[in-house]
Amino acid sequence: MAEKRTRIRTKTTDDGTTEIFVLVSHPMETGLRLDPQTQAKVPPHFIQKMTFLLNGKEVAIADLGIAVSKDPLISIRLKKTKRGDRIKVLWSDNKGDKDEAETTIGEVG
Amino acid sequence: MKIVAEANRSRRVFLKNGLALAAIGFASYLLKPLRALAAEWPKNAFESKKIDEALQSLFGGAQATTSASIRINAPYQAENGATVRFVATIDLPNVSTVAVLVEKNERPLVMTMNYAGAEPYISLRLKMAQTSDVYVVAKSQGKLYIAKQNIKVTVGGCG
Repeated sequence: MAEKRTRIRTKTTDDGTTEIFVLVSHPMETGLRLDPQTQAKVPPHFIQKMTFLLNGKEVAIADLGIAVSKDPLISIRLKKTKRGDRIKVLWSDNKGDKDEAETTIGEVG
Repeated sequence: MKIVAEANRSRRVFLKNGLALAAIGFASYLLKPLRALAAEWPKNAFESKKIDEALQSLFGGAQATTSASIRINAPYQAENGATVRFVATIDLPNVSTVAVLVEKNERPLVMTMNYAGAEPYISLRLKMAQTSDVYVVAKSQGKLYIAKQNIKVTVGGCG
């Protein structure tokens, strides 16, 4: 894979609350849109599941529909996180495509 | 004496079986929330064309109470319906699920989030076909709470 499709970033405030931002390059095609040239419906292609893990344990699971914008940017918040906590996100779409990304709280980048 | 011993033994067996059963029961109780979290993508709810149908499919027929504890942070007017920033913070205890719905979209249900340790907070960018009320429904301790905000859309995003 040439370019990372899934990016993950964390931002921790002084009280130990961490916001986890996930940005995925994905068309999020609704299946309702018509191709401007052929006037045929463009088949749906969208992310359905996104799972967030903290140190290997599921902390949140999102179900996504077609009305989530193209290139989804989704974030969740975790309380009382520590430096070095491992954050992982997994997603899968309606065509069976999937990807994942990992990061560590406190790391820059 | 013998009878007492016999009785004691059967009592022991009874207790042992009882404990084993209780352990199985407890284990399945522990496993239950995990199963619920890893549930299938709720196809019917996402394909519903009406907000009530989507909610019925997600949460059953329970009535939702309007709540000021659900705080929505979103623009009142969006220039581009293709990406509308939307954030909701829920100040309620033990929130298990939060759903975001756009009333006037072809498919109102946008996204649901199931919580197992994360804070009851959701942030995303959503598509809106036209000006509409956007609803947040939260399930807290088995009860449903709802809040809404109207967002004006200048250019629709579901073309």
